[in-house]
Amino acid sequence: MTQEIVTANRLRDGAVVYLAPEGYWSERLADAVVVEGEVAAAELLGTAEAAVKAQIVVAPYRADVTLESGLPVPRTTKERIRSRGPSIHPELGKQAEGQPA
Amino acid sequence: MYRYDEYDHRILAERVEQFRDQVGRRIAGDISEDEFKPLRLMNGLYLQLHAYMLRVAIPYGMLSSTQLRKLAYIARRFDKGYGHFTTRQNIQYHWIKLEQAPDILGELAEVEMHAIQTSGNCVRNTTADQFAGVAFDEIEDPRVWCEIVRQWSTFHPEFSFLPRKFKIAITGSPHDRAALCVHDIGLRMHRDAAGEIGFEVMVGGGQGRTPMLAETIRPFLPKQYLLSYLEAILRVYNQLGRRDNIHKARIKILVGAVGAAEFARLVEAEWQASRNEDLELPAAEFERIHAHFALPPYEALPAETPAFHAKRFENREFARWVRTNVSRHKQPGYAIVTVSLKPEGGVPGDASDRQMEAMADIAERFSFGEVRVTHEQNLVLAHVKEADLYELWRNLGFFDLAAANAGLITDIIACPGLDYCSLANARSIPVSQAIGRRFADPERQARIGELKIKISGCINACGHHHVGHIGILGVDKKGEEFYQITLGGSADETAALGDIVGPAFAYDRVVDAVDTIVDTYLGIRIEGERFLDTYRRVGLQPFKERLYGAR
Repeated sequence: MTQEIVTANRLRDGAVVYLAPEGYWSERLADAVVVEGEVAAAELLGTAEAAVKAQIVVAPYRADVTLESGLPVPRTTKERIRSRGPSIHPELGKQAEGQPA
Repeated sequence: MYRYDEYDHRILAERVEQFRDQVGRRIAGDISEDEFKPLRLMNGLYLQLHAYMLRVAIPYGMLSSTQLRKLAYIARRFDKGYGHFTTRQNIQYHWIKLEQAPDILGELAEVEMHAIQTSGNCVRNTTADQFAGVAFDEIEDPRVWCEIVRQWSTFHPEFSFLPRKFKIAITGSPHDRAALCVHDIGLRMHRDAAGEIGFEVMVGGGQGRTPMLAETIRPFLPKQYLLSYLEAILRVYNQLGRRDNIHKARIKILVGAVGAAEFARLVEAEWQASRNEDLELPAAEFERIHAHFALPPYEALPAETPAFHAKRFENREFARWVRTNVSRHKQPGYAIVTVSLKPEGGVPGDASDRQMEAMADIAERFSFGEVRVTHEQNLVLAHVKEADLYELWRNLGFFDLAAANAGLITDIIACPGLDYCSLANARSIPVSQAIGRRFADPERQARIGELKIKISGCINACGHHHVGHIGILGVDKKGEEFYQITLGGSADETAALGDIVGPAFAYDRVVDAVDTIVDTYLGIRIEGERFLDTYRRVGLQPFKERLYGAR
């Protein structure tokens, strides 16, 4: 079954964030809640919608991941770049802050 | 350069405060994202992959050294130390925070800059020939008309909610450096049989998923009628353009649907019905605007500069740079310099804060404190004494700004692509960097000659791939990046849309494919031919065979 996370951009600065346990938003993909199945994913997105109403994030959506060594890894190039930073600037973005690929 | 009056300053100051209030209300939750989004877009603020992106207008590509220093300051203070010059002659910053955006607009307003008309379904920033006013073949300076169009179109109440965005480009030279044919309206100044200067009016060009070349709807429009005629075109479009489908909303679709002749008739009828003297610029107002574009106080110099030519013989690298990056000026003893923003391994169009500040200083020292942005993502110094060229070149070299490749295969247009843009399907920049490295050898580049590669990361075609001699379009195939190649496009006065050569190439195969295309061309070209000439003579077949023959 497909594993999914919920991601968005933070309202104040536009930073890429992931929905973490207890409704927190983290800049680290590793912190994201990973769910399986339509019901769980829809419920997770529902939690995110509350954060939209609370002016925390903008435009949340579900994204597919795979689990490697227990950590979520993006399945598309786009989500990989969002989770790391521009591929042409390894010195910028999350990748520069020592986050896992 | 055009300078703001008190009225302009007041409008900008009010606009900044309005936006500060809007951002404050958004963060406080008084307005929703749906309500806020059109407001931020009207101020050039987009939400992209890693952050907000701010697109700053550079009207017809003209910057003073003071303005460029401010752009450098913004890059350093509010971004990550760089900015990206675009194919619309604007600059974008890719790491902007919403809460800081009003302060940035405040900083810009201090130097008569803003982000108005860089987004939304309005008349966007009018673009122009980057050699305006100085090209040796120019008939009249188009910047005066760009400024007139800017003043007429900014906040124009009737045209603030068009079916879709609207782009106008103007040139005063027979050689089209402004890609007129891929604009909603292209205006080419020329003389009629009586020697009067007017505009050829071309309508309905554009790229995106339905690329079309603009068609001439009026071969000669006397200058004084420009605004009323533009107004008639926009009225016809505003009435008849489609609003039900975003992909069919540009004026090109309307012109394509009714035909250029019928569209011309509709415009003519509207023009005859609506034109009035209010839209004919009074001579005094024209003169007032015209005076802002007076050429700088050139020295009277001989046509030949022996010391400059001596340096060309002494220094091969300098000679190579002169051959590609220096163009003929209409003033004897002066030259136009294209400063390449495409160093080997660099990001096309990117400039660091340090490079921007260096360019501001260099422009003050060598070119009357003026810099221009080109739609090919380079910069131009328009008034350099030939006698100063060597010293200028040395100075540019200190800041990695002396790449000798203008118009050559490594002078690539590339959109930001999937590294930054939320619309993109594939990356553009790493492909351009890889091509740049593959063809880095200056001797080989010179042998290949003029060859324009243009890369877009999605079908919206910000990277102008449809009109690249070699066009590269990034597509997504099940989450993987692939690249479709077109050949034979051109954006000049011989404009053409490229032809798709065949199935798309995987990310790690695209540079080899370009190499094969170049190799094929070198093998079959006739003496004196450029890539485009060879392509027009032989067509797709030889390239297809080499690229796919073995399959």
